[in-house]
Amino acid sequence: MPAMLVLGIESSCDETGVALYASGDGQLLAHALHSQVAMHQAYGGVVPELASRDHIRRAVPLLRQVLAESGRALADVDAVAYTQGPGLAGALLVGAAFAEALATSLGVPTLPVHHLEGHLLSPLLSKTPPRFPFVALLVSGGHTQLMRVTGVGHYELLGETLDDAAGEAFDKTAKLLGLGYPGGPALAQLAEQGRPDAFKLPRPMLNSGDLDFSFSGLKTAVLVQVRALTQDGATLDDRQRADIARAFQDAIVEVLVKKALRAVKESRLQQLVVAGGVGANRELRRQLDMRAARQKISVFYPELEFCTDNGAMIALAGALRLQAGASASPAKAAGAFAVRPRWPLADLTP
Amino acid sequence: MPAINLLAIETSTDAGSIALWRDGEVLLRDCPRGVSHSETLLPLIRSTLAEAGLGFADLSGIAFGAGPGSFTGLRVACGVAQGLAFAHDTPLLPVGTLEAMALAAGGGRVLVALDARMGEVYLGSFEVSSDAVVALGPVGVHPPGAVPLPASGGWLACGNGLAAYPALRERLAPAVDAWLPELMPTADAAARLAAPRLARGERVDPADAVPVYVRDKVAQTVAERLAQGGKA
Ligand SMILES: Nc1ncnc2c1ncn2[C@@H]1O[C@H](COP(=O)(O)OP(=O)(O)O)[C@@H](O)[C@H]1O
Repeated sequence: MPAMLVLGIESSCDETGVALYASGDGQLLAHALHSQVAMHQAYGGVVPELASRDHIRRAVPLLRQVLAESGRALADVDAVAYTQGPGLAGALLVGAAFAEALATSLGVPTLPVHHLEGHLLSPLLSKTPPRFPFVALLVSGGHTQLMRVTGVGHYELLGETLDDAAGEAFDKTAKLLGLGYPGGPALAQLAEQGRPDAFKLPRPMLNSGDLDFSFSGLKTAVLVQVRALTQDGATLDDRQRADIARAFQDAIVEVLVKKALRAVKESRLQQLVVAGGVGANRELRRQLDMRAARQKISVFYPELEFCTDNGAMIALAGALRLQAGASASPAKAAGAFAVRPRWPLADLTP
Repeated sequence: MPAINLLAIETSTDAGSIALWRDGEVLLRDCPRGVSHSETLLPLIRSTLAEAGLGFADLSGIAFGAGPGSFTGLRVACGVAQGLAFAHDTPLLPVGTLEAMALAAGGGRVLVALDARMGEVYLGSFEVSSDAVVALGPVGVHPPGAVPLPASGGWLACGNGLAAYPALRERLAPAVDAWLPELMPTADAAARLAAPRLARGERVDPADAVPVYVRDKVAQTVAERLAQGGKA
């Protein structure tokens, strides 16, 4: 199959991403990102309507940037991939409308992509990519899932969180400690200064025998500790906050590591792919690398810049689907579109 | 002089439509009702262009109803217009939704009241003469019983805000001579408004083409919530 130039557009939440990927030699030609995190910070969380209003202002400038950096013309684009879901309905709609109109006008097909498929394929963008089949641990603000990935579009759910996502647990705990929004990265930083075992926190479902997770109890356990320490009007000192952050991170990392490696073993595979924002966590990477090495399992991470939402992973997922041709759902004719704010990955057809 | 082929998109309300303006002749096509604009808009544009024997590269301009109106509807129109315009570097022209309604309503002084939901109306006042519309003030969003009243009489009032809120009609009654409560935004009016501007060489960069929401306060910051005694 000749090389195909695929434009990718991501707008599912609070990041607008645009990228240009060439299949064939499998090369990311350019990618550009605008994060709205600073804008939403004042509101203490993502405001969906403001997210939509920002996406529509970013799509064209980011596309211009990507075309300029890649030195390619819009007329060379063979297909336009965009995030169809899951995500915020209004935000998704902006990317979809722009992508479908662009493709309609250029006379090329579109590739509506599942956001999580983008995440779990994102390690394929690195210099030393994994090869199918592998197990993927998807840990983001909205998801915590283990999946067996045998090819593009072939994803089997092995286990998932029954309540909060790992990133959500990081963010909520960070809020409890007064670390602002989104507090995950700040909490991880604080944990680096904490002492191990200064506080005891549960390891929810560590020995449940399945591959599911539960993190809401962990957040509650932190709340109980914080209440006990601040009972008589006292405020937490820096050391206590660092120790709690450390205890929280150790607990969540231990559960994620143990279950992810068990999933690889039970699937009789040798490769683990870690994707999603929490995959940027250094302690998680440290523990995974150490324990996986002992079990002769290789762990693959996306480049740091592709851990969070981005257009590159959407362009990649679109290109891989295009390449797979008849064995993956083919590109559709540009025109009518519908976004899918709630869209279980298990519903994804090859 | 080459022919002018102007495409106009209007999806500010559920009653969406597109229009093709060809040297003064207007072809108007309504989006099918009961289906979301995302499903129908681009297919309708494609078939209408095909019917006229035109391709996307043949368009000399693209206009869209920029608002106010349904937030989602405005973004569908704007996103689609941006995409179509960027693909072939076609001049892009945002058009005020209420302004186009004023043109459609006829001549003279026109008050346009579009239902803004949540117990409010978008209200604008315009002076309309042949194909020119002059805004007599900024478009605002108000509770129907508190819209600013025109100083004089002899107005024509239009828009579904009149049908939605009897209190609005009551309030405006002394100033209004004629009522058109059924009048809704349509793409042919947007096209008629945009055509002379296109002919004058007006266009906006697609990166700067954004909806005009009018309702701009959509959430409270943490600081605002705390100031009101709420939670962070
Ligand atoms: N170093 C880190 N440690 C822990 N959590 C992190 C770290 N970096 C980012 N996160 C978390 O990752 C999530 C964002 O990841 P992302 O993949 O963009 O998720 P989503 O798209 O579901 O919001 C947030 O919950 C954030 O707190």
